[in-house]
Parts: sequence; structure tokens; C-alpha cells
Amino acid sequence: MAKSETQMRRNLERHGLSDEQLKAMFRNMLLQRQLDNRGFQLNRQGKVPFALGSEGHEALQAGAAMAFHRGKDILAPYYRDLGLAIGIGLTPYEIMLSIFARADDHNGGRQFPNHYSSKRAGLMSFSSILAAHIPHAVGAAYAMKYRNEAGRAVLVTCGDGTTSEGEWHESMNYAAVHKLPMVMLVENNQWAISTPLSLQMAEPNIYKRAEGYGMPGEQFDGFDPIVTYEVVNRAMERARSGGGPSLIEGICYRFLAHSTDDNDMTYRTKDEVSENRKLDPVPRFERRLVEAGVMTPQEVDDMKKSVLRETNEATDAAEAMPYPDASDLYKNLYEGAWQPWQ
Amino acid sequence: MAIESVATASKHILNNVEAVRETLYEAMKADERVIILGEDVGNRGNVFLITKDFIKEFGAQRVIDTPIAEASIVGIAVGMAMEGLRPIAEIQFADFIYPSFNQIVGEAAKIRYRSNGEYTCPLVIRTPYGGGVRGALSHSVSIEALFYHVPGLKIVAPSFPADVKGLLNAAIDDPDPVLFLEHKKTYRLIKGEVPEGHYTIPIGKADVKKQGTQLTVVSYGLYVHWALEAAQALEQDGMSVEVIDLRSIRPMDRTAILESVRKTRKLLIIHEDNKFGGIGAEISAMVAEEALFDLDAPIRRLCAPDVPAMGYALPLEEEYMSSPAEMAEAMREMVRF
Repeated sequence: MAKSETQMRRNLERHGLSDEQLKAMFRNMLLQRQLDNRGFQLNRQGKVPFALGSEGHEALQAGAAMAFHRGKDILAPYYRDLGLAIGIGLTPYEIMLSIFARADDHNGGRQFPNHYSSKRAGLMSFSSILAAHIPHAVGAAYAMKYRNEAGRAVLVTCGDGTTSEGEWHESMNYAAVHKLPMVMLVENNQWAISTPLSLQMAEPNIYKRAEGYGMPGEQFDGFDPIVTYEVVNRAMERARSGGGPSLIEGICYRFLAHSTDDNDMTYRTKDEVSENRKLDPVPRFERRLVEAGVMTPQEVDDMKKSVLRETNEATDAAEAMPYPDASDLYKNLYEGAWQPWQ
Repeated sequence: MAIESVATASKHILNNVEAVRETLYEAMKADERVIILGEDVGNRGNVFLITKDFIKEFGAQRVIDTPIAEASIVGIAVGMAMEGLRPIAEIQFADFIYPSFNQIVGEAAKIRYRSNGEYTCPLVIRTPYGGGVRGALSHSVSIEALFYHVPGLKIVAPSFPADVKGLLNAAIDDPDPVLFLEHKKTYRLIKGEVPEGHYTIPIGKADVKKQGTQLTVVSYGLYVHWALEAAQALEQDGMSVEVIDLRSIRPMDRTAILESVRKTRKLLIIHEDNKFGGIGAEISAMVAEEALFDLDAPIRRLCAPDVPAMGYALPLEEEYMSSPAEMAEAMREMVRF
């Protein structure tokens, strides 16, 4: 579980992060939460059929994104990775296009929200089928190694639930056999929709499996963005410099239900959720930044206003855009002229 | 070399194993992005020796002996393809493809579509299929019907060496995922002239292997050869049967089938796969929709019975499969109808 309050209040260990980087991570966390909440609001307003939140993953994703080298690394994320997506360069407008399923969305309004794809950002397209993207990350890492592209690595993420899939195991094994430049980051939020960790695995420390694969494994406090950055950065540097893959596990908690279509009170208690809420990484990181003198309370306020403004603008701009045309259903199935529906 | 010049190209005689091998070899020579991965493709050189000694020439980085894990053999190839390589994944026997079903159907087939063209998946999955080799329940099956329902995939099943080479080249050049089916029984049984050098045969084009006027037979794989044998035999009785080799299962060459059926006015579909929901069902439905009033007889399908697969014991294999004699009998009945 996450570190205690006392531990968190110790002197700010920066691990080489500048004030600007710390602020950028904090802004990412604020933006994640704002965009998350916006999705759920829009769903309650009947404007979008579905939304999915990553509340509780903010620190983990902001920290991990800071360790990603834009223009070089590749991200193979899963559907609870809003903070990673914006952290590597997707804009709030792009996120809102996906939430509203507009024509200009990267996926042309075909996929669920949160199923990002951006060749520009190095974010590999993925589906809702858990673990199916992990061999893709292995293949991408293989391509990097095959082409001798030193200084590049693949960051692949998943939740605790996905680690039960066969393809998760196959991928870890393969990455280790070929010593590929890949980092497997597990965002352990304790729940696979309604199934708790105790029913997913007898050994709850996922990182321990690394030894069986023959790669380094490490567990860290995923409520701490700086610690996350340090661990992910170290693993990515190892991967980039030919040191092979690692399995790193950040412990966090899923504050919201699985999605807008889920009621988590059918399988977990309010008490459990509120106990974890006390460890909410967003206000805690805010306090730490203010206490360490990185930001003044006024700067924090200004940042929150700017994040809200940016979210509002992105929402309005995306909502004003058109849906894909019905004829778009027939585009981009194959290259060339073959139209199997005719 | 373009397809137009194949007629004048110098040729040599190869069997189907050699045709696959030659095509893979030339593709590896021509393009460093081409990578072969699968079980026992490297040191062993594939269980049919198709890639024998490739590892010596191209290295273990390009001829990868994978762990025994079919889902990730395809999944890793998908990732390679998304990031600019041209992987050729091998599933050792088609019967072993089931663990990779999601990677083929849920992932490879949808990547271009789901990313609205931002990502593509130029991937070839080769696999030997089919019976008549005492392959029992798990080394004999036909798998095409499990995949031909899926938009986003292409499926080819050539069975003449020149077609094998031309279509495998087309599959490797193709910007979308192609499932390439090789009938095991034809591997060393079927020999033929193959043009030297690079040429392609367009995916989606059938080939009339024998002209005829009284009945159209549509088939693919080993059964094309047996259907030809049966049709030749009927010539002596003055019966004229046209035999179409589909070669590509999806896209399907509807034009070639309809042209032939409108000429002969009768259609018999022969395949080794089970009847229910098989390729023949789609062809029948298509012909019924497009050319019902051109027909002089009910469409007929000669296919495997709906049991899981052919058994290991010889009588069980023979009962499952259609023989050239059974094919000739079905043809005779159709011509006389």
C-alpha cells in the first residue's frame, strides 16, 4: 500500500527534477482530474454515452510520463492512461474529441473514449481486450533493437487485472529472452472491475514475478509522482542503454467505479474507498510543493484556474465539432479499392 | 519482374514446399524489414524444412525461434508490423492457431480500421493446413471458415507452385494482414513450373484450371487437384466440367464464379472443410442472390461432414475426406440433372 502521511511529509526528494518539471507533473495531475470529472459530468448530462476515469492514477501517470522521451520512446498504454496520454503530448482538445466521438478524433470516432492512438506522439493504437497490446509492445521493442536504435525504449502499461492474461506472461517471457528495450509498468489499483487482488492472484506482489522471467522487478508508491518518475526513469534508461526489460509495479487505487456503467458499491465498501481517498495524491502533492516552496498557494490557485479554463475550452471546441459522416463507416478497412461490403 | 512478363520468364520445376521456400528466401534477400518468426523456424528450419539454413544466411535476429506461444507469435508480429517491419509469422500447424485467434481477429484485422488509417498491420501469417496425411484431430484441420467472416483480413490458399509463389509475394507486399494457407498434402505431392524472380499474382483472383461447359466446380487447396483428376476422367464420358481454383478465399473472386456459372448453369462446390458455415455456404448464397435464375440445377456442396475433424485411423480419415471418385460421382449427377 501507499506510504504513510508522515513518510510523505519528509523533505522533498526531487531525484533531479527541476521546479518546472515538478510543476508540469502537478499540472498534469490537475488536468487529469479535471478531464476525468468532465467526462463523467458529460455522461450524467446525457451528452456522451460512456466515460472512464483514472482518478487515483494521477501521480503514477504524471511521474511515468515525465520519464518518457518524446519523439523517441513509444508508449503502449491501456484504457486508464489519460495522464500518460496528455503527459506525452496529447492535448485536452484531442481527449475531448475522443470523449465526444467526433470526426477529427484520431480514431475517427470509432473507438471508446480513452482508447487513444497517435503516431505523432508515439502512442500505439490499442483495443479494449486486455493484454492484447503487450505483445505489440514487445514487437515494437524488437523492431527498435533489430534496427539498433539505441536510446529508444517502449513503455507498456496495464492494470493489475491484465497480469492474469496469458499474453501478459508470454510477452514478459519473450521480452526477457531477447533482452528487449521495454518497461512493463503495472498500475496496480487493487481492483479488476469487481474482482479484488485476492481473487486474482495468490501472491499479491506482482513485481516478484520478474525474477521468474529473469529481469529486474520493483514495487513503488504510485501515489508519489516523484518516486514514480525515479523508478520509471531508471527502468527506461536501463532499457534504452541495452540493459533489457524490467517489471515495475506502482501501487495506487481506483477511486471511481470502473466506468460510468459500473456501480462499485455493489462489490466494495464506502469505507474502503474513503480510507484510500485520504491518500489522494493530488492534494498531497499540492501540499508538498507548497511546503517545499516550489509553488506558492497563489500559483496553485492560478494553475487550477488555468486547467479549468483549458478543460472548458477543449470541451466547447470539441463539442462544436461534427460527428463523423455515416459514410466514414466504410473508410480505412483496407488499402486500395476492395470494398467487401459491396 | 511484373506479372505481365512471367510468361516469358525462365521457369523451373518446384514442389509447393520449394515454392514457399524460394519465395521466402527471395523476400528475405530483397528487404531487410522482412523477418520470419515462429516455432522451430530457425535451427530446425521449420518442421517441413521450408526455412532450412535461413538462420545461417540471415541470422537469428531475422529468423526467430520463438517460445511455444502462438498468441504472442502473432501478437509480437503485429507490433513489429505496426512499427515498420514486415514480419512473416508462422503457425507450425493450422490446428495451433486457436490461441492466436484474438490477435488475428481482434487486433491485426482491426488496426487500420480502429485507428482510422493512422496505424497499419502489414503482416503475413503462414500456416500449413489440411488432411490426407494421417494428421488426426490436431494436425489436419482446415481453419479458413473461422477467419473468412472477418473484414480486415485477407485469406489465400493456393495449391499450385506458381500460384503459391505469386500469391505469397503478393501477401508479403500487401499493406494489410494476410492469412496464407498451405495445404500440407500438396507440399511435396504437387510440382509445377515456377517463374524465376519476383512476380505477384493479385490476391482476390480465381483461376480457371480447366475449361468446361456443363458444370462449374469451385474448389481450393488439395481438392482442386482431385477435382481436376475427376473432371479429366469425366471427359472420357463426354462430360465437360469447368474447374475453378479459388486461390483467394477473401477477397473472393465473385466475378469469375458468376461468369462460369452463367455459362454452365450448374454449380458444385467442393471443399475439405466442414459443410456448415463453410466457404461453400457463402458461395452458394452469393450465387443464389446474383444468378438464381441462370441455374438449371440446385447448387450442391460436397464437403466434410460436421464432425470435429478427421480421425487418425485410416477409415476415419477416408470417411471424412472426399475422394476423387466421390467427386466424379457428384459431378456426373450434376451434369445429368
